[in-house]
Amino acid sequence: MAVLTGRVHRFGDDVDTDLIIPARYLNTSDPVELARHAMEDADPAFASRVKPGDFVVAGKNFGCGSSREHAPLALKAAGVAGVIASSFARIFYRNALNIGLPIFEAPEAARALKEGEEVAVDPVAGRIRRLSTGEEFSATPFPEFMQALVAAGGLVPYVRRRLAERGGRA
Amino acid sequence: MSMTLTEKILAAHAGRERVSPGELVNARVDLALANDITAPVAIKAFREMGAERVFAPERVALVPDHFTPNRDIQSAEQAKLLRDFAREQNLPYYYEVGRMGIEHCLIPEEGLALPGELIVGADSHTCTYGALGAFATGVGSTDLAAAMALGELWLRVPETVKFVLHGRPRNRWVGGKDYILFLIGQVGVDGCRYQAMEFHGQAVAELPLDGRFTMANMAIEAGAKNGIFPPDEATLSYLAGRAKRPFAPVHPDPDAGYAAVYEYDVTDLEPQVAFPFSPANVRPVSAAGHVPVDQVVIGSCTNGRLSDLRMAAQVLQGRQVHPGVRCLVFPGTPRIYREALAEGIIETLVGAGAAVSTPTCGPCLGGHLGILAAGERAVSTTNRNFRGRMGHVTSEVYLAGPAVAAASAVAGHLVSPEEL
Repeated sequence: MAVLTGRVHRFGDDVDTDLIIPARYLNTSDPVELARHAMEDADPAFASRVKPGDFVVAGKNFGCGSSREHAPLALKAAGVAGVIASSFARIFYRNALNIGLPIFEAPEAARALKEGEEVAVDPVAGRIRRLSTGEEFSATPFPEFMQALVAAGGLVPYVRRRLAERGGRA
Repeated sequence: MSMTLTEKILAAHAGRERVSPGELVNARVDLALANDITAPVAIKAFREMGAERVFAPERVALVPDHFTPNRDIQSAEQAKLLRDFAREQNLPYYYEVGRMGIEHCLIPEEGLALPGELIVGADSHTCTYGALGAFATGVGSTDLAAAMALGELWLRVPETVKFVLHGRPRNRWVGGKDYILFLIGQVGVDGCRYQAMEFHGQAVAELPLDGRFTMANMAIEAGAKNGIFPPDEATLSYLAGRAKRPFAPVHPDPDAGYAAVYEYDVTDLEPQVAFPFSPANVRPVSAAGHVPVDQVVIGSCTNGRLSDLRMAAQVLQGRQVHPGVRCLVFPGTPRIYREALAEGIIETLVGAGAAVSTPTCGPCLGGHLGILAAGERAVSTTNRNFRGRMGHVTSEVYLAGPAVAAASAVAGHLVSPEEL
């Protein structure tokens, strides 16, 4: 996976799933439609400002609240290359991995990075570089099993393989 | 060998002698469930996985409760996806409007969540079933698809935090909602992130099942993976004649290892209220100040059970909803609705000027049937008061138990029933 370069969009602590994608839009699961309303109640201009490859940077407990997978789907479809936060709520964490939205638990980066600045992120090494100064931050590595899951392309191909193995045994 | 209740259930479902916090295990799933918002995404992932049949039709439940009765054409299409999938897979536990209830009220009532079981649901409040001594946790749609296809799911064994509630509340209006709001106020919205909350103590032992459901329901609001109660006589009597499967109750070892132990005495606890915009922004109702109210919501997977409606009716008996307030009531299931009818509760509520709906999640998540305009305020027995949760981004939700909600409907402002 190549190094990703984009601008920072900053949010605070405890960004909940209703801020990421309000429930009033959950009468569809079409990612393009969801992307139009990404982060709408936190920043109504977000969907029009965000450029493909940009990063969302936030404080602790990002994605708390609902289990709606529409939340990481909306961010991904809006062009967000990844989310850097001090910590993630657990269901959002799983959902992001499962649908292939890169997430980085990196408290120092989450504190330091400023709105609008450019970062380069190596998703495999978990390294986040501030382009203006070259300063580097590291993200907590994923457990081995999850690295394998990400490398396999997420949970869907993993399950497909498990089902094929079962079929082979039968 | 010593394990907490959560560790024991995870070990048993992973085919292991023991498990420790932090380990990743592949665990067998006893029940997988989804609703009309999460199932469409799960069904799509299920197909992409190349799955053709669910692992066991009697272990998959689909409950279209969020945007039903269908609120618009798109919601109708989503509900139809669910219905078609349920038919294709011959799922016995699909519930059509009329028999459908709010999933976390309905599933326990149907005897589909049992002590010692492992349940995953594509809804964050799946943790409700911990009230019965089950390990139950919310997952996303792709995880749910994996569970439907394989009958198992990878899970990280959480650390367990033990909460011991001593004493018996003097205030007759204090219940499970007040306990859990108080605890969330103490630990914060990420105070138990990735952890299991295990509840103990006299106050918990004396708490009827309805109150335990309310407490387990809101474990997610402290960031927890699950909330769980050791099963007791009350659990078994709740399940008598209901349980759809045989079950074996599991109890924590007395010397199990906990990440932390919190002890509180609830003797002098007052009714609690969570102010906008966080379930942890909690204060006693006596410290609420003057908060005018436009709407009151009584219901939801948190407080839509018979004893909740009964408590609201006790407050509203002989009183009238304030002319400036819309008071909306959502019984959790058709059975609860009928029991409330038989007991005269519905008569009291409607007679007081409340509107009673068929069971649905309704306004809890800003879906339909009670959306707030800009700047409006609601006192609600639901579980979340995030910005924009029930409507306009400048509207406000104050979370409370049914007694405070009903009292506020009468007064037109946030108030304790004792002050009416």
